[in-house]
Amino acid sequence: MSRERTRILIVDDEEIVRESLSAWLEKDGYTLATAPDGETALERIRGERWSILLVDLKMPGIDGLQVLEQARTLQPEAASVIMTAYATVDTAVEAMKLGAYDYLVKPFDPEELSLMIQKIVAQQALVRENVLLRKVLKREYRFRDLISKSPAMQAVFDLARTAARSSSTILILGESGTGKELLARAVHAESPRSQGPFVAVSCAALTETLLESELFGHEKGAFTGAVARRKGKFEMAQGGTLFLDEIGDISPKLQLDLLRVLEDRRFFRVGGSESVGVDARIIAATNKDLQKAVAEGTFREDLFYRLNVIPVHLPPLRDRIVDLPLLVEHFLEQLGAEINRHVDEVSSEAMAALMAHSWPGNVRELRNVLERAIVVASGRVIQVADLGLRRPSAEGAGVGPLASLDEVEKHHIAVVLADCGGNISQAARTLGIDRATLYNKMKKYQLRKDGEPEPEEHLTT
Amino acid sequence: MVDVFLWWIGAGVADEDLLTTLRAEVTRVFEVGARCWHGHERPLDSFDARRQQHSSTRILRWLLEARPRHSGKIVGLTDVDLFIPILTFVYGEAQLGGRAAVVSTARLASDNGFRLDRALLRERTMKEAIHEIGHTFGLIHCERRTCVMSRSVNLVQVDAKDHGLCPDCRRRYAELREQGHHEHE
Repeated sequence: MSRERTRILIVDDEEIVRESLSAWLEKDGYTLATAPDGETALERIRGERWSILLVDLKMPGIDGLQVLEQARTLQPEAASVIMTAYATVDTAVEAMKLGAYDYLVKPFDPEELSLMIQKIVAQQALVRENVLLRKVLKREYRFRDLISKSPAMQAVFDLARTAARSSSTILILGESGTGKELLARAVHAESPRSQGPFVAVSCAALTETLLESELFGHEKGAFTGAVARRKGKFEMAQGGTLFLDEIGDISPKLQLDLLRVLEDRRFFRVGGSESVGVDARIIAATNKDLQKAVAEGTFREDLFYRLNVIPVHLPPLRDRIVDLPLLVEHFLEQLGAEINRHVDEVSSEAMAALMAHSWPGNVRELRNVLERAIVVASGRVIQVADLGLRRPSAEGAGVGPLASLDEVEKHHIAVVLADCGGNISQAARTLGIDRATLYNKMKKYQLRKDGEPEPEEHLTT
Repeated sequence: MVDVFLWWIGAGVADEDLLTTLRAEVTRVFEVGARCWHGHERPLDSFDARRQQHSSTRILRWLLEARPRHSGKIVGLTDVDLFIPILTFVYGEAQLGGRAAVVSTARLASDNGFRLDRALLRERTMKEAIHEIGHTFGLIHCERRTCVMSRSVNLVQVDAKDHGLCPDCRRRYAELREQGHHEHE
């Protein structure tokens, strides 16, 4: 199987080398092609997929190292092997620096060549298998357009899946950019109402009067400019889902109107005298602390309880930093297709910078950072500079520049625990402390082995 | 029926027992006729003075010209050390799906400096000859270590092989014969 999929390009200016090498490898069942010079080779590398490039070092025009350098950008997944008649340490080092898989001196020992090709083929088969497994795993980690492997988010997905089957009102709580609308859309898509419309309204974006008309619609002549009857979002969402974003920002009058709609399941268009029935599932969301707003008297308690039937808390990205590599991979794939510019990965330094960032704008900020990086990246690997993150070193603690020492320590321990996959000994070694000290600190900061915060109920015991 | 001609083209004296056993083995494995050819000509331009080895590719070219007109496939057996330009040595070479093949005993005789075992040498030569003939019928390398069509780049690998085709290669061989890949003008 691997042999049939393995495509080898032999680049050498000597015809006899091209012929004898391709005839020898052809008998292993690989697909072979040859190029007599660097120019032809690059043309073929640009146009077709290759598994292995066997490239002669010394060729007139574009030489082997130049082919190697460009091949790294054009097809980083292809294994390049440099062939040369004279072995010098300098060229070998240079070739390896440029990312060559190996370096062979002509004529080759058949055993050496055979082993090397087998090794590359086996490695590439493993990489392919890995990609497949990751795809399968990614499906496991997905809830529609949301993706996460953190236990907290998995619990959110489970709750949302269950809630989707009912018609109960859902209240999504979370910071800006955590994916509240995506979750609402996912619930809608998983619900029996999925064939109906999904209507979203941002309550913070409109003035009280406009929002009232936007939500409930209006009759002709209801106000200046109301030249015809207009349906509101409640009517537009009939048979589907109405998503009320930024619900914490609505005025007291609208809070009362909304309460009535939720209680009576009926409403009046602005300027209308006939009530209209509501057949829409309500999902509300806010980044405000509604309980605090209730306590302060700025949000109606009765409306809060009407909305808070199934509360779902979306954790901020900094509390599920384990998801970062998964999200990066997901966005590189998604954005690559959207803006038609493909990069393969982020460098390890860039990944470290992303992991260390505090992400005040959450997943939305990450998406924007990666979009910019894809656009400005010069190769197929995103570098730290491409990210455009401000003061990455100052934000190394991931808790903001003015965090206390305890906050910095807590965050750093959580990141290391997550990175070590809950392996306490490894995490302790990385942190340079003993296991007992680490356990004490985990107890102090209420951290679990995987770096996630302990659930609320455990905090009180 | 295709006839495979086995021709000793080495510098030393031919091992007639080897040729006779090989002829029977070729008929058994490939179900074709096989004959021993006793021509006295030898390839003259295959020696490379710089490498002190013989070019297997040039020998193949010579075999195609010097072969008896009525031969289906021609297999040269020799005791000289063979090479192709990109490799330090080869045990043999064949045209994939073609007419000619060559096999050398030069590196098969060596057994880490121990006394040459004639029976072992015959066994190895037979495996390599059947392997190269398999290529002329269009068979490529097999991933089963015990199949005669598996790639062998050292003596351990040669010794690990049988001299028959594995079930997969036998099936593939039957398909190739059905498609007429072994027929020549």
